[in-house]
Amino acid sequence: MKVSLFIPCYIDQFYPQVGIATLELLEKLGCEVVHPLSQTCCGQPMANSGYQHITKSIDKQNQQIFREAEYIVCPSGSCTLHLKDHVFHGESKVYELCEFLTDVLKVSEVNATFPHKVGVHQSCHGLRGLLLGKGSELVSEPFSKIGDLLDQVKNIQVCTPSKVDECCGFGGTFAVNEEAVSAKMGKDRAEEFEKLDVDYITSADMSCLMHLEGTLKRKGSKVKVIHIAEILNQSIS
Amino acid sequence: MSQPNHANLAEKLTKDTKRTDWHNNSIWWVRQNRDKAVFGIPDWENLRNTASSIKSYMLENLHDLLLEFEKNALANGVQVHWAADAKEHNEIVHGILSKRAVKKMVKSKSMLTEECGLNHYLEDQGIEVIDTDLGERIIQLRHEPPSHIVAPAIHLKREDISETFHEHLGTEKGNIDPQYLTEAARQSLRKDFLSADAALTGVNFAIADTGEFVVCTNEGNADMGAHLAPVHIACMGLEKIIPKREHLGVFLRVLARSSTGQAITTYSSHFRKPRPGQEMHIVLVDNGRSRHIQKPKFKDALKCIRCGACMNTCPVYRRSGGHSYHVTVPGPIGSILAPNADLKKNSDLPFASSLCGACSNVCPVKINIHEQLYEWRQIITQEGHSSTGKTIGMKAMNFVLSNPKVFELGGKMGRTLMRTVPSLVNNSMNPWYKSREMPEPPKESFKDWYRKNRNNE
Repeated sequence: MKVSLFIPCYIDQFYPQVGIATLELLEKLGCEVVHPLSQTCCGQPMANSGYQHITKSIDKQNQQIFREAEYIVCPSGSCTLHLKDHVFHGESKVYELCEFLTDVLKVSEVNATFPHKVGVHQSCHGLRGLLLGKGSELVSEPFSKIGDLLDQVKNIQVCTPSKVDECCGFGGTFAVNEEAVSAKMGKDRAEEFEKLDVDYITSADMSCLMHLEGTLKRKGSKVKVIHIAEILNQSIS
Repeated sequence: MSQPNHANLAEKLTKDTKRTDWHNNSIWWVRQNRDKAVFGIPDWENLRNTASSIKSYMLENLHDLLLEFEKNALANGVQVHWAADAKEHNEIVHGILSKRAVKKMVKSKSMLTEECGLNHYLEDQGIEVIDTDLGERIIQLRHEPPSHIVAPAIHLKREDISETFHEHLGTEKGNIDPQYLTEAARQSLRKDFLSADAALTGVNFAIADTGEFVVCTNEGNADMGAHLAPVHIACMGLEKIIPKREHLGVFLRVLARSSTGQAITTYSSHFRKPRPGQEMHIVLVDNGRSRHIQKPKFKDALKCIRCGACMNTCPVYRRSGGHSYHVTVPGPIGSILAPNADLKKNSDLPFASSLCGACSNVCPVKINIHEQLYEWRQIITQEGHSSTGKTIGMKAMNFVLSNPKVFELGGKMGRTLMRTVPSLVNNSMNPWYKSREMPEPPKESFKDWYRKNRNNE
């Protein structure tokens, strides 16, 4: 299966290990993965700030780069949602990594081990936008694509905070425009995981983890963050 | 003078961390109560769909439904008034009161009169207005606006209320026993109920089919006022209409559950016609609603039944509090209603959200609140209500991201600078850095790695 890898701008620049883990994982699962080097960003930072009208060049760029792609896979729920809703307008070829693994590849044996205590942070756009799981507000059958994947990891201890899907407060430019509230949300979210005494916080969205990491580091906390692709890529040797 | 701004107000209101945590927890408790109530109904999502569909029908047929309602209300002996805006609304109410030489009016359950600034208007005309619902009364005594549409005094602690009652109602200083304080308010309000010449209530649902209206309360003050006073005025926004009485079966089930976690409010009071010797008036208020309904992307906001669930779930509202929104209806729903009223003045509100989407998921009439927040942001920017600095920044970012080579080179230079001169970003000019560390810039980007390890291009 041929997969075009969409790597969000901030992952490319600040978290290359997440891009590498995603690529290696998809290859291990039998995909032929390409990453078009002219790809930059999904356009969301501008669009969510009210500047969607100036992102036409980026949108066009993305539409051209991925015109021939059979599947576009991206290790970020938020960027995937933006691409789906505002760039590819509902075309069904755009997938967030976890949903690609569960829905397209139908992975049942991920063959990974991660002997640590891990808290799961549900990222809002993945959860409520892409429906990677059931939002805590909805009265329906519980499901979680992230949970299904983590269940396949050996030796991992997964835990969930009491506010199961509270926002971390990142929200793109919200993090700087509404600094006080955003920072407080980050602190509160980080604290919930610290109380659970986890080694790591994981998520399908590195942007939330970037926010939590910044908060945890400032506090001098021992809790670390790790993208779910990095956990799933920890092969049993 | 600079206009009120959510981010600035929120920064001030969240300075007291303990109080912010207390506010967050109190309101989260209400969200939890809502969860307990709605998870008891396996059919909940269907009920939301039905409520939303009835409201869609209402929006499509508003003109006819309003006329039907007017016809039936008139036949019931109710006097019907139409107000184009807040000013007209206030004048109509004043007109009714002055005809009867009313000196004192009791009021219950009306955010609309708050929206129209009725209290101040009537007070300026020498009419005393007493808000009779406990929360409303507390903030009226304190000369504060409501901070929540269902629990207007939710920003206050017992200690604050005790202080206010000590000052205005003569309660014991320092007595914070809720029962003692409530009793004091009750005794004081009894006198007002008995001496009022008129009662004003809000309207939760007006039924086109029968010309009746329903007011949902927990304290029963709407009934107490309306049953005692010779004049009952009910004020409602145009969108409060529902087609038939049977539709109440849907709305009464979703309203209280979403709002407070009760199965139903203590009182669902139906008013149909005046009792002998009483005057009953209904004031139908537009105040921007007919303008709102013409905006296809935004008209669904008018489905709102004012339950407050979106506030209780909102991680921003729970921390920054209702007063940070500087409008009558705060929180997520307020942030999509307010731009219709005044785009420039309220241009900050659609940005007071992380777009987490919890609001849309709790909304009992399924308003796509977070999507409308996004859409308002686009309009605000295109109509020139964002700062020049932000526009320049966004255009620069857009330029970099539109040019892959500039992006790569810029990224490399940026990361190198961050590594070698960290103070360039780690300083007080950077709002991120105020409470959070910047990510560590790696030597190699993903693209660098890819080129070395995989590139077959």
